[in-house]
Amino acid sequence: MEASKTTLGAWLSSAAPESPWQAWCGDAWRSWLLFRRNPLAMAGLAIMLALVVLAAIGPLIAPADPLAQSLGLRLSPPGANGYILGSDELGRDILSRLLYGARISLSIVLMVAVAVAPVGLAIGTIAGYFGGPVDTVLMRITDIFLSFPRLVLALALASALGPGIENAVIAIAITAWPPYARIARAETISIRNSDFIAASRLQGASPLRIIATQVAPLCASSVIVRVTLDMAGIMLTAAGLGFLGLGAQPPSPEWGAMVAAGRRFVFDQWWVAAMPGLAICAVSLGFNFLGDGLRDVLDPKSGS
Amino acid sequence: MDETRHRIRERAEQALKLLLSLTVTFMGLLAVTFFIGRVVPIDPVLAAVGDRASAESYAQARRELGLDRPLYQQFLIYASKALRGDFGKSVLTSNAVIDDIKRVFPATFELATLAALLGVLVGVPAGVAAAAKKGSWVDHGIRFVGLLGYSVPIFWLGLMGLLVFYAKLGIVAGPGRSDVLFEGLVPTVTGALLLDSALAGQWEAFRDAFAHIILPASILGVFSMAYISRMTRSFMLEQLQAEYVNTARIKGLSERTVVWRHALGNAWVPLVTVIALSYGNLLEGSILTEVVFAWPGLGSYITNSLMSADMNAVLGGTVMVGIVFIALNFITDILYKRLDPRAR
Repeated sequence: MEASKTTLGAWLSSAAPESPWQAWCGDAWRSWLLFRRNPLAMAGLAIMLALVVLAAIGPLIAPADPLAQSLGLRLSPPGANGYILGSDELGRDILSRLLYGARISLSIVLMVAVAVAPVGLAIGTIAGYFGGPVDTVLMRITDIFLSFPRLVLALALASALGPGIENAVIAIAITAWPPYARIARAETISIRNSDFIAASRLQGASPLRIIATQVAPLCASSVIVRVTLDMAGIMLTAAGLGFLGLGAQPPSPEWGAMVAAGRRFVFDQWWVAAMPGLAICAVSLGFNFLGDGLRDVLDPKSGS
Repeated sequence: MDETRHRIRERAEQALKLLLSLTVTFMGLLAVTFFIGRVVPIDPVLAAVGDRASAESYAQARRELGLDRPLYQQFLIYASKALRGDFGKSVLTSNAVIDDIKRVFPATFELATLAALLGVLVGVPAGVAAAAKKGSWVDHGIRFVGLLGYSVPIFWLGLMGLLVFYAKLGIVAGPGRSDVLFEGLVPTVTGALLLDSALAGQWEAFRDAFAHIILPASILGVFSMAYISRMTRSFMLEQLQAEYVNTARIKGLSERTVVWRHALGNAWVPLVTVIALSYGNLLEGSILTEVVFAWPGLGSYITNSLMSADMNAVLGGTVMVGIVFIALNFITDILYKRLDPRAR
């Protein structure tokens, strides 16, 4: 056992990898070693893993139905009447609602990330590869969207589209793509004159084919890293929309909407608003720790 | 002679380019808000005439609103009106949107400015200290607090602040901008209540205004503090690695002079742009803060209009925030060029 471990270690840290796969694994391994040394990043990873697990098994461990009301026991303080985190204004168990709400928050963040990364990647690589007027027009559009404050634009969009989770996702996605386009463009410009691009051009590949098969895969990693860094922001924007009543609609246990519902009782029954807020805080802190650690690992210049 | 002519021409070209890009960005802003206004599922004609109007008055209102024309004409009309500051009437307040915005903007401006001041006063020293003691517990602590400030949902922090400092401790005033007692007592000069009451020498009103603004401004300042301290730290780290810092140390200057005078002196240039940009983010953060604190500013105005589907007001407010953003970016660019000799 010990022997196989050392050979695996040797294989991973080999200075002369024999295959691209080994080189890739070795890179990942070295990054992981760096990442592991950063306590905040590890804490972030732990929070994220916990969130994913809780979201996955939430229905199994939730003590109650998140929508089950018992008006007789409304606004019970934490610990009373069998409510670990208290109950809300309709006597629903806050802990169960938080567990179910984790799924909503995670899926919003994932949906935005999945929608935004390819769009930003496509716009950025096309602008960077073609240059000239195409670049000017696309980057102008990007700048226009960047000149909007994100939440305000998302607000206007969400209110135009009507409240609901899907519309909140669309609104956030439309406001979130410009930075990714910028990053993808910068990367594309740095590689577009490389020999391997010229080689595939000489082989007769069309520009779009080159972008899709050669350029985009190389830009993808920086875009993905940037998405990870942004996840806390996406989460907070979604919670903000929920708080304003533009995201998930009642009785859905979305965390931002739960804070909004608890607002009326905040002076007397603080837990109704406090608990979901703490959940938002913990998760976005996890995203931020993780992103910060990733940044340190991948860009040693900015780190500690 | 030729030299100066050449330089004048270069300057003029630069100015023209800048103006052009400003115009394009502004038209883009209008195009986006126009588009948002068009995809609204709510019928703007119905919003204007009410659902009990006859078919004739409906058609007339439709013509008056210009909705029977082709889309590009509608946009041109919208843009030319917007350029003259005409964003239509607010259904909610039945005032012209531009007048409403003029009325509410000073409150937001006051709140965001105080928050920015707090952010700079706390964030810059914190970032410098973190960079100077890199890797120590001071650094980790400041970094942790900074990340915490990034992660807290501001609307929730506001609620908890009200709970603790207003309801439990009673050391600040509650929601709103001033007590009813002082309403209308202070003559409006700048629109910022703190300044106006100080100018009028009404210290009671000043204290009241301060008690009202300090909590929302601090809550709002947390975010910009987190951002500014983080950027300060990274700029300072860059400077502290430079050769001139070594030289200064070898000369025997105290560590304090090296860090605070020499290194920070150079870090200020990029920092100014960061501060200007964070100011724009404060406008955004102020929306949620204003809702929580019932602060009668642009954020409350936009969200209240939103609840009653008053799209003229929502879009007018959005354009206003966008204009401030564009202006801030513009000013930042110019400031950077002025301050950094290399960019001149």
